[in-house]
Amino acid sequence: MNRIETAFQKKPIFMPYFPLGYPDLETSVNVIEALAKNGADLIEVGLSFSDPLADGPVIQQATQIALEKGITVKKSLEAVKELRNRGVDIPLILMGYYNPMLAYGLERFIRDAVEAGADGFIVPDLPMEESDEFVEATHASPLQPPLIQMLAPTSTDERMEAIARNAKGFIYLVSVTGVTGERREISNDLGELINRVRAHTSAPVCVGFGISTPEQAKQIGQLADGVIVGSSCVKMIGGSPKPVETAKQFAAEFRSALSELRK
Amino acid sequence: MTLLPHKFGPYGGQFVPETLMPALIELEEAFVAARADAAFQTEFNKLMASFVGRPTPLTYARRLSEKLGGAQIYLKREDLAHTGAHKINNALGQALLVKRMGKRRIVAETGAGQHGVASATAAALLGLECVVYMGEVDIARQEPNVFRMKLLGAEVRPVSSGTKTLKDAINEAIRDWVTNVRDTHYLLGSALGPHPYPTIVREFQSVIGREAREQMLLDAGCLPDTVIACVGGGSNAIGVFSGFVNDEQVELIGVEAGGSGIETGKHAARFGDPSRGRVGVIHGTRTYVLQDEDGQIAETHSVSAGLDYPAVGPEHALMRDNERAFYTSATDEEALSAFQTLCHTEGIIPALESSHAVAEVIKKAPTMRKDQVILVNLSGRGDKDLNTVIKELN
Repeated sequence: MNRIETAFQKKPIFMPYFPLGYPDLETSVNVIEALAKNGADLIEVGLSFSDPLADGPVIQQATQIALEKGITVKKSLEAVKELRNRGVDIPLILMGYYNPMLAYGLERFIRDAVEAGADGFIVPDLPMEESDEFVEATHASPLQPPLIQMLAPTSTDERMEAIARNAKGFIYLVSVTGVTGERREISNDLGELINRVRAHTSAPVCVGFGISTPEQAKQIGQLADGVIVGSSCVKMIGGSPKPVETAKQFAAEFRSALSELRK
Repeated sequence: MTLLPHKFGPYGGQFVPETLMPALIELEEAFVAARADAAFQTEFNKLMASFVGRPTPLTYARRLSEKLGGAQIYLKREDLAHTGAHKINNALGQALLVKRMGKRRIVAETGAGQHGVASATAAALLGLECVVYMGEVDIARQEPNVFRMKLLGAEVRPVSSGTKTLKDAINEAIRDWVTNVRDTHYLLGSALGPHPYPTIVREFQSVIGREAREQMLLDAGCLPDTVIACVGGGSNAIGVFSGFVNDEQVELIGVEAGGSGIETGKHAARFGDPSRGRVGVIHGTRTYVLQDEDGQIAETHSVSAGLDYPAVGPEHALMRDNERAFYTSATDEEALSAFQTLCHTEGIIPALESSHAVAEVIKKAPTMRKDQVILVNLSGRGDKDLNTVIKELN
């Protein structure tokens, strides 16, 4: 059983996002380690890009700072290796835009990422129509790491079926139309949306975009197999004078909110 | 499967979040249906004539031709189209598609402000709500166009992220679109972005090339030897080139922004700087992109806001690869000098974007024979640039 499958043994799982290099490289590694060791079941490790068009202001700013402080793809992969050396054993999914991966060399990127200890990839600007090239490149790796497929509220049933058919790992369901960022309320239609997705796949369905509080996580955890928390995680931890302490607390709170649902 | 080819050789494609894919599919369907619909074509052509003032004239540049002493020079006068640039052709075409799709709101990006003004105009004409995203740097240097957009009823939202220019305005427009995609259309102004935009924009701009070819045959009695146009994203160039692309003997030349000079690194010459202009993916399309070694998009510089963009339309990338078109660049200084030359010799104040094309004419015409002909697409007028030019010339 690979790390991702192991992580989904008990559901719903807690999946925070945090970008490497923010507020600086060393702190980001410490933060991700703290999240991993205090309740995160899977972490989306962010790779920075100058033009993150699917992201709202919080992640835009954080990744911009990471770039200004000199983060690169190479340094990010080294940081993943460092996390594995520190005994982080949960799945680490690299989340980033396509161009830096292409610039690094797609096959080389996937090979080096897997070698460093990454378990899969999320590439928000790579819809089904364009993902063949990436998926073929993953076949060169013995691990065959998944490219996590994303679905959105605007996806038609036809698209859901086609996308879910090839899903590996889990499905990343975008809960609302829009960019990443906190939202006050959870959409009323979410249950229906999740049911539509489940009609097409037995893969775990994880929900992201706009989830900011443990209460919201709990609400969504009743419907989904995983809860993805990005902007609020970045904002809380990045804005804290003691980021690592905040990360521990943050992970523990969300995990505890989900714990009574876990089975 | 897309209804229309979604790539130009290895370039183009649809590199966007899933949320937007259904909207791109809907747009493609609407476009394909509209193209086959005689009523749509009639409405579009009628507006092109009665509202835009098409056909725009072809002007023989007698004094410029004499001064340069070589080829005879003809100007395709897109500067005389309503709102002062070719951008209106595409803006009106897409706005009609918006009505057809039953959406009520458009968002647009703008660099020089010409596409923003064209979008605001089309929105006013057709009763659509219009929001234009514009980088703060561009707002400062294209102030007259900001007023025009506001007068036309559009909301102009300043963009302060990244380099505060066209690239970042596109990012913000896409973020708005992805949020409001159910009732909002992204009225993209150049031959860029995800399929079907590069094809749609070319089709709506192909009127330039169709008219110019007919006018050349009528006025000059021949096809031009060379067609020259400036290339930011590349919509005016692809529009005029499309009229001549099947005439193999006609040389096509695109002019990128050379900024302070290629060697300074401060420019927007995607083809002109092989060390940084490499194939990549930005704003939904695969094409030549100015970027650093790590794949981060590079900062660009040009005196003209409309050419100040790190990527080039994907069809140009293919035309360059298969050598159907050639691409060169003109520096800020050359463009400003060409701007003045055209003012003095022809009584025409060109846009700084179009001045890059004129700069290439000034280099090229003297090397040609007097019985040869250059057609240059004068994509827009320069009223919007007066502040910049006054500052630069002092």
